[in-house]
Amino acid sequence: MVTPQKPWKLSKQQFSINASILIGSLALSPVLVNFTPLSGKLGFIFFFILLSTISSTVVAISRFGVRTISNSLATTFIYLATALVLLPLISILYTVISRGLPALRLNTFTQDMSQTQPDAPFTEGGALHAIIGTIELVIIAGIICVPIGILTALYLTEVKGRFSKLVRFLVQAMSGVPSIVAGLFIYSVIIVGLGSHYSGVAGALALSILMLPTVARTSEEVLKLIPNDLREAGVALGGTQWRTVARIVLPTARGGLMTAVILGVARVAGETAPLLLTILGSTAIHINPTDAPMNALPLYTFNLMRTGLEIAVSRAWAGALVLLFLVLALFIFARLLSGKQK
Amino acid sequence: MSLTPKHRELSTTPRFSDRVFRLVVTIGAFTSLIVLGLIALFLANRSFGVFQDFGFKFVTGFEWNPGDPDAGIPAQLGIGAMLIGTLIIAAIGLILALPIAVGTALFLTYYAPSWLKRPLTIMVDLMAAIPSVIYGLWGFFVLMPHAVYWAKLLHKYLNWIPFFDVQAKVFERSPFIAGIVIGIMIIPIITAITREVFSQVPLDRIQAAYALGATKWTMIRTVVLPYGSSGIASGAMLGLGRAMGETVAVYLVLNIYFIPNFQVLFSAGGNVASLIVSKFGEAGEYELQGLMAAGLVLFAITLLVNFLSTFIVKRASRTGGQ
Repeated sequence: MVTPQKPWKLSKQQFSINASILIGSLALSPVLVNFTPLSGKLGFIFFFILLSTISSTVVAISRFGVRTISNSLATTFIYLATALVLLPLISILYTVISRGLPALRLNTFTQDMSQTQPDAPFTEGGALHAIIGTIELVIIAGIICVPIGILTALYLTEVKGRFSKLVRFLVQAMSGVPSIVAGLFIYSVIIVGLGSHYSGVAGALALSILMLPTVARTSEEVLKLIPNDLREAGVALGGTQWRTVARIVLPTARGGLMTAVILGVARVAGETAPLLLTILGSTAIHINPTDAPMNALPLYTFNLMRTGLEIAVSRAWAGALVLLFLVLALFIFARLLSGKQK
Repeated sequence: MSLTPKHRELSTTPRFSDRVFRLVVTIGAFTSLIVLGLIALFLANRSFGVFQDFGFKFVTGFEWNPGDPDAGIPAQLGIGAMLIGTLIIAAIGLILALPIAVGTALFLTYYAPSWLKRPLTIMVDLMAAIPSVIYGLWGFFVLMPHAVYWAKLLHKYLNWIPFFDVQAKVFERSPFIAGIVIGIMIIPIITAITREVFSQVPLDRIQAAYALGATKWTMIRTVVLPYGSSGIASGAMLGLGRAMGETVAVYLVLNIYFIPNFQVLFSAGGNVASLIVSKFGEAGEYELQGLMAAGLVLFAITLLVNFLSTFIVKRASRTGGQ
């Protein structure tokens, strides 16, 4: 006996009916747009939705009766919802690329803004200081947060201590901390409390607060996937728990842990709000992260945008393009890495 | 020569190395507790003076005036207007995002052909990875012209609803537009969680619904949505928490103005997070304490929302989602 594993799957007949309705409405809508006062892309979309809804409803009624009206209306809504999610995503990607590219030159990657006014032509000045700043911040935040995140995951999967539930709960709570609060906290500790400067380390500390929950939770998921046989084999060979974890569990999970780290980096690389309060922003390259204000790509974008000058805003779009490319590359890299694991 | 090994004591007490290992791991695991505690402690410590001066009025007061001790103008700090703004923007975002996110999750689980599922899921996850400053830029330059047009339509036909009335016909940079941007930002969060829950709906219940002659929508309405209701609620709470803490996107899109504004289409408003950013630059020492206090209130609210979210999931998993 075969039980249908996916009873919601479309039958071949239903699929061909749906396809012909879609193609039919797609073909008929431009004709209707021409003959009615409605015009433009909006009119086309309006007629397309109207036509496809009406025709699919009529077909459903003729095939299955009046009761299936709610079904076809719901289907329209669900397709529409998905389209409404994809629309902003595509629009954002398109806008950032099309507005960022004109301002993107080679000197974006080789110069900083210390000798350049924000509204100078694109041929001078660049975002090198911000790129260096972002890389430094992310590396320092990673050094602070990755060991702690993996220790948290080890506690939840290997030690399985009495407080597992509490720790899981706290990590969840920490992931809800607004980024501005993390920045405010570090500001009050480092800059007000210790009387230190605005600096890259302060920014990295704020970022590591935001990064920790992502790293901890993803690492936990990864460590859970390690088969228990391996741990038992390690212990049966006379290894202590410490050696089993260090020599068997962690090396086996290496790829997955990398994914966790990269996802954490992608999570914080685009944060602006905490950096406003901790690294302040600068126009020149500043390598030493401990003693003076720095800049980072999101902050660079934000500050140029705030000036409101046309060329500065174009520079901001170029910064946004570099930032988006960085974050998406990290994200896709993490996906590929975790895809290879399975 | 005997082949049997020497007798020895067997013990289950962990060795010294393991005890150190467990201690280190446990300390690492409690970092999150320490950090959360320190955040509360430091913000409370720094803002103690403000709470002492204004008490509960700090939360309910509508005026933000750092005062001037030299000229004898007393300070008046209250974040009531910004709290209202936070709630209004988050509510607009959630109202828009929730149905769309649930619809997308349903599409990904029950409607999309199998070859489309993976790329679509990756695209939705990718939306969550886009930095908020880019959402802010996009919202200001691309979405705003469209959103102003929609706002004018809403105002034209629905201005008898007090929310959609405006005191002057200025529709740019309104809480409505900020709410749309926030809504788009939290869609992937809600979608991810509801999709997870929908994919766990027991197959036999779905088969049972189909066996009784249900259409796909009837099956979803009677089986999937009731089973997933707690997941939807928890996803909504999580999205709400994110929406209330959002800073940069709101700051870029909204015309920050310190009044309690219920007319969502009118160009004035703010939220607590954007208040902190906008006042931080030129704040004196006392005003800075006020900003710390505002951060503490925001921290407490988002923590509460997150607790609720976890609580809803816990209760649901006890009852098996019935």
